[in-house]
Amino acid sequence: MNETIGTIIIIIGVLFDAIGCIGLVKLPDVYNRLQAATKCVTLGTCGIMFGIFIYSGFTSLGIKALVAIPLIFLTSPTAAHALARGAHLFGVKLWKKSVVDRYREDKESNQND
Amino acid sequence: MRRIVLFIIAFILWLLLTWTLNWQHLLVGVIVAIFVALLFGNMFVEEPRKFFQIKRYFWFLVYIPLFLWECLKANFDVAYRVLHPKMPIKPGIVKVKTGLKSEVARTMLANSITMTPGTLSVDIDGQYLYIHWIYVRATEVEEASRMIVSKFEPLLARIFD
Repeated sequence: MNETIGTIIIIIGVLFDAIGCIGLVKLPDVYNRLQAATKCVTLGTCGIMFGIFIYSGFTSLGIKALVAIPLIFLTSPTAAHALARGAHLFGVKLWKKSVVDRYREDKESNQND
Repeated sequence: MRRIVLFIIAFILWLLLTWTLNWQHLLVGVIVAIFVALLFGNMFVEEPRKFFQIKRYFWFLVYIPLFLWECLKANFDVAYRVLHPKMPIKPGIVKVKTGLKSEVARTMLANSITMTPGTLSVDIDGQYLYIHWIYVRATEVEEASRMIVSKFEPLLARIFD
């Protein structure tokens, strides 16, 4: 029973990962791609981990998978944050149909001061 | 004080990772946890007293389901935008203001914003956060803050500030 539920959760996790990858290919610029990559891949991977936990229960393997979930939730957004900031500081432009860029406006006004 | 808290956390993490109560494992765990506490103690949180305030754990338990719900919504949001043939996106970077004081609280706010539908934090500058929004609905600071930050801010203030 647990094995069936675990397998189903793992499949759902893989589906979310797949959607994240489609987004990574399809969306226009670095920042939009990071959005898809962070959200879907984080929850997808955590889903896989949780599926492993359900599958194997309170064993050494299951607990390791469970401990990995909060670590992924803490590190993955931080990595996305660092990548987005680095890309912006390096001068990667937003997509041409973007509406507003307060970050660049503020940086330019700081340089003029 | 900081070192003791860090030692306890490191040791609990070690116990979870090994998941045996063999005395050899415990001994290695104690030694490693002491090393970690000595090396990284001064980089750890500013006020370890907060770890002993039970109220904070209660609010943390309230925060987890909210966070997971937002995270799930974010995933369906991304799936909708990606799989929709016309790709309904209107991206931009907006600026929002937060009232949170401590560094840990701001970090957690940035992480929570990244995991909520359509938003990704790019940089933080004192009170202001720069947020990449996949479908911009408000460009002014106040309105964007109300739409993005206000969901998490009161809870995070109770947990970390």
